[in-house]
Amino acid sequence: MNIRRVFAMAYKETLQIWRDPRSLAIALLMPLMQMTLLGYGVSLDIKHVPVCVYDQENNQQTRGIVERLVSSGWFSISRTLTRQTGIRRAMDRGECIAAIVIPANFSRELAATGSAPVQAILDATDVNTTNIAIGYLQGVVAQINAALDAQWAEAHGVKGSLAGQVELAQSTWFNETLDSRNFIIPGVVAVILALVGAQLTSLTIAREWERGTMEQLISTPVTALEVMLGKLVPYFAVGLIDAVFCLASAAWWFRVPFRGNIITLFVTTALFILVVLDIGYLISVRIRSQLGASQVALLITLLPTTLLSGYTFPIDQMPAPIRALTLIVYPRYYVTILRAIFLKGSGLADLWAPSLGLLAYAVIVIWLAARAFQKRLD
Amino acid sequence: MSAAAPDITILTQGLSRSFGTVAAIRKVDMAILRGEIFGLVGPDGAGKTTIMRMLAGILTPDAGAISVDGIDVVRDAESVKHHVSYMPQRFGLYEDLTVTENLFFYGELFGVSRRDRLARSRELLAAAGLLPFQDRLASQLSGGMKQKLGLVCALIHAPRILLLDEPTTGVDPVSRRDFWAILYSLRESGVTIVLSTAYMDEAERCSRLALLHAGEIRHCDTPERLKQAMPGALLAVAGPDPRTLRTLIAGRPGVLGVLLMGDRVHVRVDDPARRIPELEALFAGQGITGAVISSADPGIEDVFVALVGTQTAS
Repeated sequence: MNIRRVFAMAYKETLQIWRDPRSLAIALLMPLMQMTLLGYGVSLDIKHVPVCVYDQENNQQTRGIVERLVSSGWFSISRTLTRQTGIRRAMDRGECIAAIVIPANFSRELAATGSAPVQAILDATDVNTTNIAIGYLQGVVAQINAALDAQWAEAHGVKGSLAGQVELAQSTWFNETLDSRNFIIPGVVAVILALVGAQLTSLTIAREWERGTMEQLISTPVTALEVMLGKLVPYFAVGLIDAVFCLASAAWWFRVPFRGNIITLFVTTALFILVVLDIGYLISVRIRSQLGASQVALLITLLPTTLLSGYTFPIDQMPAPIRALTLIVYPRYYVTILRAIFLKGSGLADLWAPSLGLLAYAVIVIWLAARAFQKRLD
Repeated sequence: MSAAAPDITILTQGLSRSFGTVAAIRKVDMAILRGEIFGLVGPDGAGKTTIMRMLAGILTPDAGAISVDGIDVVRDAESVKHHVSYMPQRFGLYEDLTVTENLFFYGELFGVSRRDRLARSRELLAAAGLLPFQDRLASQLSGGMKQKLGLVCALIHAPRILLLDEPTTGVDPVSRRDFWAILYSLRESGVTIVLSTAYMDEAERCSRLALLHAGEIRHCDTPERLKQAMPGALLAVAGPDPRTLRTLIAGRPGVLGVLLMGDRVHVRVDDPARRIPELEALFAGQGITGAVISSADPGIEDVFVALVGTQTAS
């Protein structure tokens, strides 16, 4: 390998990137757009679930219950109903996901027996949302019960806590606010870098074929390895700029807590970018048109990355064969790494498994890419 | 190859290559001597580019052997790339790089030192008339200037062998003159030049020519000897309506070939002394006046048609 030729390739490629507004736009604007779209668009949290209330009793006590629903922040009252049949209509129109029915004898029953039912009717067409709404409802009901207990204790002159009452004490680590954004944003960064990185290099060889510069290039003594390295160097820099941009916006704009150290982040990110760029390069060597290469790059990165990287759908929950398949989906390693660095503050020592996965990937892909390019027209 | 005589730079034996079912070239044997300008002449599709690419080591032959500067190109294509400079038919430089940047890039790929590169660039750009355009993007050069830049880039590492695939196609006459001036001076310094062309006036300037048709070399010799080998003698008929004259003359007894050359018709006949009066009688009989018959020196076009049987360009 001749370092002068690598440098010449890198310099030439840098000039070309700089003078090609399309590559520059892909390189720098696409991450910005995707970070905004995915960062804001993808959230598993559901706030202000629309709820209809059919309060048959409608006195101070039952209004207090409704008030508590609203003040929890999870629900908003979209409609107050006066008839049972209104529930069906409101759901059909999509005005509410849940309906709360408070019976007419609620207060009396509560006073007489110490407990009274409140009915919640849920629209289960979107199971995910429904489950989350049920969770929220149970939380609010628990609060109401606690408040009622406290009232009762005060009214009967009992001091302190009720002896022998068992409570489930939940304690959440690493993502204390249970904000799904903290979980998703690191995944979004991985997805964006995987997509943009492969796009960048997917054009680089195809462009030489299309513009007719390849025939002259392969007639020189430059080797396949030198071509690859020279072409990857400037894109590696672009990839790092994109990574810095995405990670910085994750930490400062989306306010995902960052607990790890920068060196671990840099090493793993550099490794990931290397893999991603080489995948794009490999595609570019195989497909000699820019459009085709770009399409293939999008196709083979987008679906596996979004579906199988664990960035939205947990890998643990997948059936065994699919879980095995995710082992070849290289973004999964980086998703794992990023989450651990951001939320848990893990170091390289903790992350040896996914880091090794990335490293193995990098070695294999670079080996394939270096071999794939033939200095031949046939 | 030890068998090669010392003055043979490029030797091919039984070179063949097909694309799918189409045979692009068939059993091409060539021996190109050091310091000559060797021309591959033939119409489009004759196989010129295929041969050029094989000599450059970027296309593998199906069969046959190539030796360039003693290197077995079929076995070790990469080694030959240090000796050879290849200029493809389609402009192969980077349009989004300037003249200087292209020169820098190719200089670096061939390991030319900075001092040599600067000195050679200056000299070559001056010869090509490109000095004022050093900082211009290649995309903003005219067709002729692009081709000259291609040549300058190809020469930046002082190659011993130069392969030029239709280098002057679409090039203006002034640029072509510059181009050939550079080629002649290269020949003086012992560089072997192989070029393909469809221009017959250009073919005349080569030391030796290979007349290529349908993937085969039909004849190979100096332009002078090829002309001598042409059977029959050439007459030029000038007249008001050359197309009518051509139709009239074709197929007459003793007429071996008829070729429209601008405002004249080239007629190849077996025996001029006998056929000139016959043609004059023919014109008179048809009521054609103003047709003048004279004897003419054959050009390579006439030779090609006579020897190969088809025209190079339609």
